[in-house]
Amino acid sequence: MIASVCIVLGSLIIIFGLVIMNGASSLTLEMITQTPTLTPPGSPPGGGILNAIVGSLLLALPATAFASLIGISIALFLQTDFLHPAVSNTIRFMLDVLWGIPSIIYGIFCLMIMIYIGMSSSLIVGMIALTMLEIPIITRCMDESIKMVPIGLREGSYSLGSTKFETAVRVVRRQAFPGILAGILLGLGRGIGDAASILFTAGFSNRIPTSIFDSTAALPTMIYNLYSTPLGQSKAFAAAFILLIIVLVVSVLSRLLTRRFKKHIIK
Amino acid sequence: MSMESYQIETKNLNVHYHKNHVLKNVDIKIPAKQLTAVIGPSGCGKTTLLKSFNRLLEIQEEVKIEGQILVDGENILDRKGSEIPDIRKKMGLLSQKPYPLPMSIRDNVAYGLRIHSTKNKGEIEKTVEHCLQEVGLWNEVKDRLHDPASRLSVGQQQRLCLARAIAVQPEVLLCDEPTSALDPISAQQIEKLLLKLKKEYTVVLVTHTLRQAKRVADYVIFLYFGMVIEQGTADEFFNNPKNPETKAYLSGEIS
Repeated sequence: MIASVCIVLGSLIIIFGLVIMNGASSLTLEMITQTPTLTPPGSPPGGGILNAIVGSLLLALPATAFASLIGISIALFLQTDFLHPAVSNTIRFMLDVLWGIPSIIYGIFCLMIMIYIGMSSSLIVGMIALTMLEIPIITRCMDESIKMVPIGLREGSYSLGSTKFETAVRVVRRQAFPGILAGILLGLGRGIGDAASILFTAGFSNRIPTSIFDSTAALPTMIYNLYSTPLGQSKAFAAAFILLIIVLVVSVLSRLLTRRFKKHIIK
Repeated sequence: MSMESYQIETKNLNVHYHKNHVLKNVDIKIPAKQLTAVIGPSGCGKTTLLKSFNRLLEIQEEVKIEGQILVDGENILDRKGSEIPDIRKKMGLLSQKPYPLPMSIRDNVAYGLRIHSTKNKGEIEKTVEHCLQEVGLWNEVKDRLHDPASRLSVGQQQRLCLARAIAVQPEVLLCDEPTSALDPISAQQIEKLLLKLKKEYTVVLVTHTLRQAKRVADYVIFLYFGMVIEQGTADEFFNNPKNPETKAYLSGEIS
């Protein structure tokens, strides 16, 4: 047991430690309040990464929202109340395959369609790529938590004369809520940290996007960009630290939210 | 018995579950506004019979139901998908382990009212109070109606499930061993409630304890390996059983 705790806690501490050590010199207020500024060759990149922070949130939050809406609909529909198990298990298998597809493939796929319909890399295409990436993750997590809802609870609801839809939306969803929330957050975490799917689809820009058709930077692409710039490594680590903090805040918030909703759960 | 009116009647009811033939040619009559006990050893199909009355069997996979189930003279097996909720609304269910809905105590009772489009807030409050009074829960919970139902004791949860069932004004109460998970005092409360409620509702009680059936039943149905061995008034059934298997069961020779 001690070994497993050491491995989990140790790797967490090492990652945080390394990121902070390497990025500390660049962790200034201007990192999160300014967009990148041009500097003469030979000097480190100037300004901050506000464009990437905003870009990441603008990409991942709506994508997660879309994916969650689609995911919850699919997940509720996958239950035996609606579909024959043979059909739903086939769909589950396909979702698992989709989950396993590397994100760069989603990126290339969206890029192809984007070029085909004559669009250029932009916030909206990046959002779509992330949505596609997140749907299988979110759906399968929600599906598993909904499967755990005891049959007696559904029977209770049905016996009061509620329809399948009412039971799914008013009872099953409530009981499975902590699991549903966990699914959404897993999707958000994946979406906000993924670089490959937005590399081609969202593009890169030093400015904060003003419309959904502008291309935009995100934290993962910004980290890549900074790290490959001469003398930009410390800023890259600072950006990585900010990304870590965002993910951490999201998971803590979700824990608090889950606790609020858990009190109604029937064991 | 000829003067009685029957609430539920089955004709040649056969139920297959996966590959098991669970109920075999079941012909029974359940008198209205009385308490009917369905007894028999575990695994004999009691619960299956009960859940076929409100078509709850169908939410499970691979169930095949044949025959007729007449409720107030109408074969409910003819009803199509969208009409099934109406059948179920007629029949409240009390399961073995209470499953309150994942919401507050008050909302558990109000849920049924809301889905049947009672929007009037005052009316809902009144019904909630009335139903909780009926099951003797009001004084215990009136100060914490907004607490989650999951915080109640198991016995209280079972009474809450009874309250939410009668809130939608069913005609029948289907009870599937409702006292088997409860402590003796809570079990007694439920039993007393069922005796009180049978004046207004037709109560079908599945039980595997003979003593309970003797205490409360007006009418008894004895199932054995999915077949009806004997049915009749409690008086006849317990004091003058006709079938040798019934006699054996009553004397504890088979269980």
